[in-house]
Amino acid sequence: MTTLAVSRPRRGIAQTISPYSYVAPFFVLFAAFGLFPLIYTAYVSLYRVELQTPNAMEWRGFGNYTALFADDYFWTALRNTFTIGVISTVPQLLMALGLAHLLNYKLRGRTFFRVAMLLPYATSVAAATLVFAQLFGRDFGLINWLLSLIGVSPVDWQSGTWTSQIAVSTIVVWRWTGYNALIYLAGMQSIPADLYEAAELDGASRWKQFLHVTLPGLRPTVLFTVVVSTIGATQLFGEPLLFEGSITGGISHQYQTLGLYMYEQGWGYFHLGRAAAIAWVMFVLIVLLVVVNSAIARRRIRKEASAR
Amino acid sequence: MTALSAQARQARQARQARRRALLSLGTSRAAGRQQHAGRLAYAFLVLAALLSAFPFYWTVVAATRSNAELAQSPPSLFPGGNLLHNLQQVLQQADIGKALLNSLVVSGTVTIGTVLCSTLAGFAFAKLRFRGRGALLALTVGTMMIPPQLGVIPLFMLIARLHWVNQLQSVILPGLVSAFGVFFMRQYLVQALPDELIEAARVDGASTRRIFWSIVVPIARPGMAVLGMLTFMASWNDFFWPIIALTSQEPTVQVALRQLGGGYVHDQSVIMAGTLLGTVPVLLVFGVLGRQIVGGIMTGAVKG
Repeated sequence: MTTLAVSRPRRGIAQTISPYSYVAPFFVLFAAFGLFPLIYTAYVSLYRVELQTPNAMEWRGFGNYTALFADDYFWTALRNTFTIGVISTVPQLLMALGLAHLLNYKLRGRTFFRVAMLLPYATSVAAATLVFAQLFGRDFGLINWLLSLIGVSPVDWQSGTWTSQIAVSTIVVWRWTGYNALIYLAGMQSIPADLYEAAELDGASRWKQFLHVTLPGLRPTVLFTVVVSTIGATQLFGEPLLFEGSITGGISHQYQTLGLYMYEQGWGYFHLGRAAAIAWVMFVLIVLLVVVNSAIARRRIRKEASAR
Repeated sequence: MTALSAQARQARQARQARRRALLSLGTSRAAGRQQHAGRLAYAFLVLAALLSAFPFYWTVVAATRSNAELAQSPPSLFPGGNLLHNLQQVLQQADIGKALLNSLVVSGTVTIGTVLCSTLAGFAFAKLRFRGRGALLALTVGTMMIPPQLGVIPLFMLIARLHWVNQLQSVILPGLVSAFGVFFMRQYLVQALPDELIEAARVDGASTRRIFWSIVVPIARPGMAVLGMLTFMASWNDFFWPIIALTSQEPTVQVALRQLGGGYVHDQSVIMAGTLLGTVPVLLVFGVLGRQIVGGIMTGAVKG
């Protein structure tokens, strides 16, 4: 990458200041609405702050955190975030990989298929959740009706722990699978064709080619999607909130996520300080998960690559 | 100034080449494996396309039926004739007209502002040399990884202190911060904007501002368009921050939808009619520009 050399003789004060005036609009907004809130959250989490009187702050030290760890619902939310995260992210990424593989064939109507896969990405959390909540209805939902056709008795998707978590995860899978498939497709298309030719000459089957050429070539792309999906899963909020419209995530908090728990503490019970503490726990969790996940993804792909 | 018009022509050619390249992303056949798809592959793809589209179809079916019809078994799988009645109910339960207008104002402003800020900063990061450039860029990219939920509490305290709760600027101003946008425009301009073009303009004595408006912006236009579409969709669909900053008196569409879903009366056909209203605008954008959006997402992706 080359940088423009500003012509030496004319370089005056205006030329020196000028580049900063181009980044200034972004960075002024960024400082006020991006960076400052981020750092200030840590500060707020050490105080008692109530929603009605946000300017009155009372020092609590780590009180918000200890109260959090003593709350059973925090641990429920943590567990739910983890299980919903796993059952939404893993199938989503695997299916996206398969779809990308199919989309990478020579296809008639390829643009149509690509646009169709991305359609769910264009919907909002709110719209998608309201539709799925209806499809998952206990008495008149289409999914239970379909199940009844194969002789399965109606499932109460809202009240069971696993059933409600599966339902919530389905919404996430539906919205993001096509998006991830396109990301994978872009990665696949940048793998040089001669690698496949060489593999074919060596007598590798299609499956072997996928395993030993496609997957290793996709490594950075897979890492990217793993990181993005992990972050997305950790902050899941709209789906559990709107699935039946309660901020507790079901009667027994059976599908309340950390994001929803934070909203409940802050805007349901008015404890902004406590909510800030939850935000920081979420942040630490995300960093941990991203580090662990990318280490695993890196190792798994490397192992497969070296197995050829 | 004839030299500058020659540059403008050159810029236009570069822009057209770039646009062709961007559009052809949707149909690229450059690399990767290119075997013909078999019947099974088509069958799976058709199934996936149907699954992607079905919830939309269902929204239409449910929005045009009555609640009683939806409570039949087996359910009706085709549209009915109750749409107008349902829409009237939506208008009664939530101020959806105001919500649509608010959403349009918010998403429109956010899109224009984000694209402008991102292009300015992206240009500086791509082509200007200044002290602290690397560090500032690293900071921008680094914070892309941090979820917005983390900063929501101080942000709320900030807008409360400014007495902005329930006012649209509380959703617009934070919406203008897009680290992704800056990164996207930088990547785009590094590739699309030849250094020689800027150098030539400088030799002719053009100021940086002039260069920005008459060379950079025309070349950046396809990238700006893609960023604009992505920003508009994201802003229209945003849910988390608007439900904190706004209430039912001054809702965006997503906030209004929550009202329908979380109300006391669960009239499913009315909820679906509202959902339809909130989804149609962004689907229109997507229907017209879906191809470019696909290309944009694939361009922004991390490649092997």
